[in-house]
Amino acid sequence: MSQVIPLVDYLVLGDQPKLVANECTQCGARYFDRRSACASCSGTEFRKVDVPTTGTVRTFTIVSFAAEGVDVPFVAAVVDCDGTSVRGNIINTPPDPEHIKTGMKVKLATYEVGKDTAGTIALGYGFEPAA
Amino acid sequence: MAENVWILGIYMTKFGKHKDKDKLDLATEATLNALADGGVSMKDINVLAAGNLIGGTGFGQELQKQVGQTGIPVFNVTNACATGATALRVGVMSIKAGEADYALAVGVEKLAGAGLLTGNTRAAEGDVWAPDGRYGAVAPLDGRIATETMPGVFAQIGQEYGHRYGGTSFELFARIAEKNHAHSTLNPLAAYSKRFTLDEIMNDVMIAYPNTRPMCSANCDGAAAAVLVSESKLRTLSLEQQRRAVKISASILTSDPWQEACQILPDVNTLTKAAAKQAYEQAGVGPADLDLVELHDCFATAELVHYDNLGLCEEGGAADFFNSGATWRDGKTPVNVSGGLESKGHPIAATGIANVWEVAHHLRGEAGDRQIEGAKVGLAHVIGLGSACGVHILEKAAA
Repeated sequence: MSQVIPLVDYLVLGDQPKLVANECTQCGARYFDRRSACASCSGTEFRKVDVPTTGTVRTFTIVSFAAEGVDVPFVAAVVDCDGTSVRGNIINTPPDPEHIKTGMKVKLATYEVGKDTAGTIALGYGFEPAA
Repeated sequence: MAENVWILGIYMTKFGKHKDKDKLDLATEATLNALADGGVSMKDINVLAAGNLIGGTGFGQELQKQVGQTGIPVFNVTNACATGATALRVGVMSIKAGEADYALAVGVEKLAGAGLLTGNTRAAEGDVWAPDGRYGAVAPLDGRIATETMPGVFAQIGQEYGHRYGGTSFELFARIAEKNHAHSTLNPLAAYSKRFTLDEIMNDVMIAYPNTRPMCSANCDGAAAAVLVSESKLRTLSLEQQRRAVKISASILTSDPWQEACQILPDVNTLTKAAAKQAYEQAGVGPADLDLVELHDCFATAELVHYDNLGLCEEGGAADFFNSGATWRDGKTPVNVSGGLESKGHPIAATGIANVWEVAHHLRGEAGDRQIEGAKVGLAHVIGLGSACGVHILEKAAA
């Protein structure tokens, strides 16, 4: 069986995939990138926190024209996961304004990005409509 | 008390395709005409602030080698789409600091044919996945985790405003572009001066919903330059120079303070609100005093949020404000009578000086067919993603 890895290190795979943020221990600001310090309070200590896997679409766009090599159309969005904003695509639903609305409920989902020459599969994440 | 600063001379080139001119030709045209407009020469200038985002480093010295190597200090500045405003700001600060009587700010860009400002071309993927960068990404993220394209980023900024306050729609955003393209028909320096119907705008090529092609700023070539002077020096110049001089009542530059989500989607609101507040305080005027506004409509979706950010309407009231007709050239607060970035064009580093030129042109009563009659006070705003916001408030000289 081939190995599976995440597209980004803040996506933690397993039975129930989740996103994990770096939270400033001083002020609670959350980030997804590797941190040098906190942009809100300049603190330098962070802890890992799980981000809720359901949320609400706060804004979106349907990108029809992008850089070479990027598959279009796709829906780019900001999802409010119970107070933590997350950037991601809306997937598993048609990319048109009839199916995508701000305020819609979504949940975290993963998809296969591709396989490298060693046969390792990379999984990315997006958000799909929550029933 | 620091000196007041005035615009003595100012110029913008025609925006559009300049096939036979390079950035130095365009910047030279802007510089020499701004100097002539102010009735001074390079020998008078004490400091040069030069902006050119795409063309490499050392543009200011390259320009000096064409127009006059006088040994003055040069500040080469870049601040994304706020580069021109930043150059202007450096000139203002130099004079206010008492280190210069005259400052020259120049911005130029060669962008015609650059296509749409999208994210970078996706890099070739390696043979074997290897985590890279601050997200430990094993493959490029543009298009996989949201979008890096400017039309897509600003589409989300407009849509977010609609989600928060309501009243927006694809059609509403398209009607903002309809206004700016209508305004552009009176501007001979605009890259595009064609009027579009609402249907044409909505049925044009979709770039990033809800922004279609005519709702996006146009990449083009262009330059603009301004000669600034201290008030005490201005008072020694001719009455004609004093009459045509335009007062810089406020010159503000801000960056984005940390907000939840600001590293998820750029927050262009908080820093613009802060810049506007500081500018109104510094100038001692309010939004109701503005006879015209040139704001950063890099996309139709951006113009809407800046009505609110600049305090032109009540908080949350941008859609109603636009629907009232207030921002058309015959409205209460004409916005982007130049045609805005959507039609005038957006040669990035020139933009933050060109919008000041537009406002100054009206305050001098020299705007010809598109003159806003009796204009006395105007505001020019730019945003550079990252982010930087420049706001300048200008006032006509007392008669």
